[in-house]
Parts: sequence; structure tokens; C-alpha cells
Amino acid sequence: MATLLQVRNLTTQFFTSSGTVRAVDNITFDVDEGETVAVVGESGCGKSVSALSILRLVPWPPGKIVGGSINFMGQDLLEMSNDDIRRVRGREISMVFQEPMTSLNPVLSIGLQLTETMQHHLGLSPAQALKRAAELLEMVGISEPKRRLAQFPHHLSGGMRQRVMIAVALSCEPKLIIADEPTTALDVTIQAQILELMKDLTKRLGVALVVITHNLGVVARYADRVNVMYAGKIIEMGSAQQIYHQPHHPYTLGLLASVPRMDQPRGTRLIPIDGQPPDLTRLDGGCAFRPRCRFAVDRCAQEFPPLENIDSGHVSACWRVKEINELKNAS
Amino acid sequence: MHKYIAKRLLLILPTLLGAAVLVFFLLRAIPGDVCEVRLAGSGLYVDEAEIELCREKLGLAKPLIVQFWDFITGYVVWDLGDSMWTGKPVTEEIGLRFKLSLQVALMATLVAVVIAIPLGAISAIKQDTWIDYVVRSFSIAGIAMPSFWLGILIILGLLIGTQHFLGTPWMPPIEYVSPFKDLASNMAQLIWPAVATGYRYSAVATRMTRSALLEVLREDYIRTARAKGMTEKIIINRHALKNAMLPVFTIIGIEFAFLMGGLVVTEQVFNLNGIGKLFVESVQAQDFAMTQQLVMLVVLIAVVTNFVVDLVYAWLDPRIRYA
Ligand SMILES: Nc1ncnc2c1ncn2[C@@H]1O[C@H](COP(=O)(O)OP(=O)(O)OP(=O)(O)O)[C@@H](O)[C@H]1O
Ligand SMILES: [Mg+2]
Repeated sequence: MATLLQVRNLTTQFFTSSGTVRAVDNITFDVDEGETVAVVGESGCGKSVSALSILRLVPWPPGKIVGGSINFMGQDLLEMSNDDIRRVRGREISMVFQEPMTSLNPVLSIGLQLTETMQHHLGLSPAQALKRAAELLEMVGISEPKRRLAQFPHHLSGGMRQRVMIAVALSCEPKLIIADEPTTALDVTIQAQILELMKDLTKRLGVALVVITHNLGVVARYADRVNVMYAGKIIEMGSAQQIYHQPHHPYTLGLLASVPRMDQPRGTRLIPIDGQPPDLTRLDGGCAFRPRCRFAVDRCAQEFPPLENIDSGHVSACWRVKEINELKNAS
Repeated sequence: MHKYIAKRLLLILPTLLGAAVLVFFLLRAIPGDVCEVRLAGSGLYVDEAEIELCREKLGLAKPLIVQFWDFITGYVVWDLGDSMWTGKPVTEEIGLRFKLSLQVALMATLVAVVIAIPLGAISAIKQDTWIDYVVRSFSIAGIAMPSFWLGILIILGLLIGTQHFLGTPWMPPIEYVSPFKDLASNMAQLIWPAVATGYRYSAVATRMTRSALLEVLREDYIRTARAKGMTEKIIINRHALKNAMLPVFTIIGIEFAFLMGGLVVTEQVFNLNGIGKLFVESVQAQDFAMTQQLVMLVVLIAVVTNFVVDLVYAWLDPRIRYA
């Protein structure tokens, strides 16, 4: 598969009164056409900011992309004019956000919020756009689409609103959808439905999907590849199989041990990761995970470990990556 | 929607009734009445019997409850009574001034809205640029400066300016003429008070527009609109302003109601024969009949303005419309 998106050394910082927040620090990853990439990590590790950075939606002030490049279909998104990036947003790359309750405009009808992108990007007439809007609603599993178009967000449940957001995201047939925790705000039964829907539609339409989540357990079923983030950096990256069955970074191990897994007997003890993620204004040159790491050695405090190749397409940033399997079994 | 309107309308009557009770009894709780003011005001000796006679004639001798009944039933038969001071029907006295006050209030509102909404919006969009600072200084000044004082400055400016350029000082006309009869002369009289009061009014509304818009621009759905590739123009006009206008219309409503009865000093400055002036005169004369109807008029205007604001709310916000 051809590479659709190449993120290289992306660095985004927030310049606040309490210091510079290194929210996204030198991350590099690819997304191929039609594939699903999951980005996982604890709260505050920079997942949302990296997603927003791709479409240059980080609010300035205080946030700013300070370095890197984002190559999308042969063009650097970071070098584009404002007008050009607007033609990418919603047209080539769309986003679905975490909060379905607040992500739709309360005073505009569902129909308007769906049709405006198609009218704007595709030049459809209002009638054409409405017709397609109804089809889209049908596609995301909303009954009576014609009636829904005239309704307002407060008429819909959270799950339905998220379906509308997905319909909006799909409306201009983008190449890539970035979904930032699309199900976190929904209850569990709805979560599975929405993820199922997104997987189904993106596979069917050949759309690539970057899905952000902090639930590694959920991801394995839906993703082709997984990027694990910690404190603004990608610390492990690989296929879902590799990450799930041969995790090589102590943080990934910790994450996996802290969530229930389908492939383990019920009743296996869940072990939360001790401690808190670090303050992103006060990072030193060492590995940010070391205060919480069982395997930390002196070197971890001195130098940040580079991403080390483990297997094809599987990398991990840990000084002890070679010994991790023995260490894991020993403990 | 119909239920919402009906509910709002039904609330108007009890509000008015409550106001009527309050104003009626509060007025009469103050010692003295119009007869004492008129007869004893001169300082000469007055016969107690003469005052009694006066009270008899004006209906002030009747038991309070009967007077109240007359006051309330007056609305049913549309007889709002006569002024206790001039003896002319209250409706006639108020009618004379109402046109003028209404016109000033409407013009000031127009000035305010036309200035405030674009200015507040620009200020919010260009937050922390020199444009924002200019707009914010403009509105701080408007809030700090009393309207009557600005009025005095305007009058002085007019006098000095015309003296300088035309050779003779010019003053706005004092007589009110209907704008339908002689627009030029009507405007020559009323544009100045409208500007003097409209400035403060627009300053308040500008600040409200700015802060409401800034708040709305931080909402998640604005980020959604950006992620959809909408232009800033569409984001502001379609996605943000409608949400931001709710508190602005509230302010506009409150200020309008205030303008209709509260322009006492400004009317004085411009020598306008408006509701505010009539208010002061009737209170000084303890003219119960006039004062209570004026209060009721102001209450009615406030209530109706509120109702209109509620309708605008419902029109802007579907969550209210469909509630
Ligand atoms: N507007 C902002 N101003 C200052 N700091 C910010 C801002 N937005 C995000 N940050 C900081 O950037 C870091 C990364 O935040 P981000 O929202 O990307 O985390 P996340 O991984 O998406 O977490 P979550 O799972 O809670 O959504 C955090 O430390 C946060 O404090
Ligand atoms: Mg997030």
C-alpha cells in the first residue's frame, strides 16, 4: 500500500505562563492508504495535540507547531497557505472528536451541519447536498434520515450525534479520518457499535483511519498498526499483533497489564501502572518513563533512548529493549 | 414553540398586577398628597377644610381599597384617570411625551446595535491587536462617561462650533415635531440625545458582544467547523455569532427599557419634554394618578421588551424553541 501520510519529527509546544509544555516531541510515523492506525497512551501524553497538529488546528496562542514536516499526498501540510490547508480540512482529511455532546453546533440543524461541507468543498447545490446528507445518515445507521436533517443536536442521543459526526467526516469522501477518542464519552454498548461502524465504513470506502484512544484493549481488534505515546513521544510502534503479543517497551507492558484482555483467562489480575505521567514543562534529557519503570537503569536518566528496530515495522525506545523478554519473565 | 409563547404571555399579567399593587400602596405610604402640595406648598395658611374638599374632589378621600379597585378597573374600561395636578387625562399627558421618548430610545437602540455588534465582533476576532485595544478603550470610555455629561459636551460643542463656523450659535429646536411632518427638524432635535445615550448603550453592548463571542469561539463546535475547512467568515457569521447573540440581546432589552423611563437628567440637559421629565414633575407634585400610570407604563415596556427578547432567544436557539 502506498504511504498516505508521513509525519516527520513533528514537535508542538504550548507557551504558557508556567513554562513551555512539550506536548508533542519529535514524533515520526506513517499512515498507509486505507489502513487503521491506533494511537494509544495515558491522558495528557499528547495524542490530541498530535492529531490537531496534522490539520494545523492547535490554538495559537498558546500552542505552536515548532518543527517537523507532515507530508500528505506529496505536499507538506505545514508549508501550505491557510487557504490551501482549509481545502484539505474536511475534504481530504476529516476529524471526529471525543465530545459528541459539544462538537455539534447547538443552534444549527443537522442538515446544515452535514451539507455545508459538501456545498463548500464539492460545490454541490443545496438540493444535491441534502439528498446526499440523507444517504450519509442512512449509511451511519440513523433511521428516518429525512426527518433527522431538520432536527437539532439536542434532539439526538450521544451515540447518534457521534454517528452524525462520522457522517460529516465521511461526507466529502476524504482519504483520511482522524478520530480523537470517538467513543470515550459514550456508554460501553454504544462504544462497540460506533467502533464497529467506523471500521466497517472505512474498510468499505478505503479510507485510512487514525484512531486515538487510551484503551489498548479496544484497539487490537480494530487497528492494523499501533503507535504508543508517552509524554509527547512515540515510544513503541508496530503492527497490532506485535504490540499486543510482543510488546517491547516497559510502558506498553504496563498498559497491557492494566486492561482486561480477551486472550487471557478471566480473573487475571489487572495491574495499574504506578505513579503519574510527568509534567510536560519539566522534562529532562532522559527517558520520561523511568520514574515509573521497574527496569530503569542509570543510563535512562542520562540519555533518551532512540527507537530501536525489533522486527519489521516494530520499533521501541528503550535502552533495555534487548533484555526485555528475560526481564519480563523474571519478574 | 406555541406553548413557550403562551407561557411567556401568561406570565405578563401577574407581573403587571404585582407591580400595580406595589406602586399603588407605596405611593400612598409616603406622607402627604397632591392637595397638600398644591395648597400648603405656598407656605400661606390653608384651611384644613379646603384640603379636605380638594381630596374629596380628586377621590383621595375614598377608602384605599376602593381607590385601588378604581385604579385596576380603569384598565378594563380604558379610563386611566386624570392628572391630579393639571386635571387633564393621564393618557393625553403621557401620549404627548411618549412619542418623543420612544423615538429617542429607538434611535439610541439603532445607534447602539449598528455600532456594537460589528465592533464587538471585530474586537473579539482581532483579540489583543491594536484594533481590539481601540474598541475596548472606546467602550470603557462609553461606560465611564455619564450620558448627560456627554450631552452637555455635545450641546457646548454645537454652540461653540456653530458660533465659530456660522457666526451665530445654533441650538437644537426645543419643540417636538413628528418625524412624518418635518423629518429634518425632528432629527435636528433628537439626534443629539440619541447619540448621547446611544454611546453608552453601544459601549455596553460592544463589550457584551466581544466577551460572548470570545467565549463561543472557544467552544468545541467551533473547532469542529474549523476541522471541516470552513472559512473564518462562515465560522463567525454562521457558527459563532448566532450563539454569541443571546446575551447581547438581553443587554439590549434591559437598556431599552431603561431608556424609556430613566432619561431624567439627559432630558433635562437637552430640554426635552419626555417621559423622564414628566416622571419627576409628577413625583414632586405627589400626583398619584400620573405617577402610578407612568410606573405601570415603564413596567409594561420592561415586560414587553423581555417578552420580545424571549422570542428572539427562541428564534436563535432551537433548544428553547422546541422545549
Ligand atoms: N491549550 C493548551 N494550553 C496549554 N497546554 C495544553 C493545551 N492543550 C493541551 N495542552 C497540554 O498538552 C499536553 C497534551 O495534551 P493532549 O490533549 O494532547 O493529551 P491527550 O493525550 O489527548 O490526553 P487525553 O487522553 O486526556 O485526551 C497536556 O499536557 C496538556 O496539558
Ligand atoms: Mg485527547
